[in-house]
Amino acid sequence: MSDASFESKPIENEAQFGDFFALLKPRVMTLVVFTAFVGLLAAPTPIHPFVGFCAILFIAIGGGASGALNMWYDSDIDAVMKRTKGRPIPSGRVTRQEAFAFGLTLSVFACVFLGLATNWLAGGLLAFTIFFYVVIYTMWLKRLTPQNIVIGGAAGAFPPMIGWAAATGEISMASTLMFCLTFMWTPPHFWALCLFMRSDYDDAGVPMLTVTHGRPATRRHILGYTVMLATLAIALGFTQVGGWVYLSVALVLNALFLKGAYDIYRRDEAMSEADNFAVERKFFKLSLLYLFAHFGAILIEAGLDKFGASL
Amino acid sequence: MSLTKQHELHARRKGRNVGLGLTLAAFVAIIMGLTVVKVTSPEFRMPAAEGANGN
Repeated sequence: MSDASFESKPIENEAQFGDFFALLKPRVMTLVVFTAFVGLLAAPTPIHPFVGFCAILFIAIGGGASGALNMWYDSDIDAVMKRTKGRPIPSGRVTRQEAFAFGLTLSVFACVFLGLATNWLAGGLLAFTIFFYVVIYTMWLKRLTPQNIVIGGAAGAFPPMIGWAAATGEISMASTLMFCLTFMWTPPHFWALCLFMRSDYDDAGVPMLTVTHGRPATRRHILGYTVMLATLAIALGFTQVGGWVYLSVALVLNALFLKGAYDIYRRDEAMSEADNFAVERKFFKLSLLYLFAHFGAILIEAGLDKFGASL
Repeated sequence: MSLTKQHELHARRKGRNVGLGLTLAAFVAIIMGLTVVKVTSPEFRMPAAEGANGN
């Protein structure tokens, strides 16, 4: 960095270590870490604990790097929206070039070291995830189609599959269904939020289903995706990661989730406004528990299996 | 006591530099740990030395 760059920046806008950490979207990273951890532990092949720790770390760094590249490309949108205008780039603490260099370096680092520490399928899957999130989602389809949530959800769904590949060196039916679980869960989760939270994506020119196709269509989409999600979630119970614990959790939660989606489908705007979107809010809260409980149940099954106490 | 007065820039960037230093130290520790785990695992085989077969 040249002297000119820091002399030209106001002192209060000097980037601190935390600003670079914020570029990695740490909150999103927690979901990445949790699901990758479940994928790694549920895999039938044991992995050395330190190698497993490094694999999760590199997956988290790769996920964070894609977040930094997303902030680099979307800095124009972030500057317009209330929720994101305090991020390091729109607030002027980090330049776009710095974020790009940071994200790209960490992406290469994470993929190469995941490949070296575990295997090249895992490293390649991480590279594909970053490419998918940054190029396919952020640069291409996010601003083009109201199905952007579905596409973005796919990128967030890869970590358990990468964790599984890190341990086993392969892709299996179980790891594919774990991918499908997060992939199909994202749209109903996010669209329910869109129904009761006014998003400023409109101001930023990002097409949202609630605006492009209307709110009744969004309600139909929520129900459609929830039906597909429930089918896949139950199917996961019959793979090698499933068992009675998982199936019990899945049956209860999917019944509740389907009921919630059906209730949302049956309601119109007048009904929702009358109770301040109570059903939509409840469905959104349930969606958070839904994903956590499904992956938690897989983790319990893996624990039972490791200690020879499989039911 | 240092011979030269510290520039204001150093104080301003202290947090960033300490953070980077700790990150690099963690990186060294991780590579060291990975190396130890890899070379002590039962699957590890030392690559055959060049010229060992008389070439």
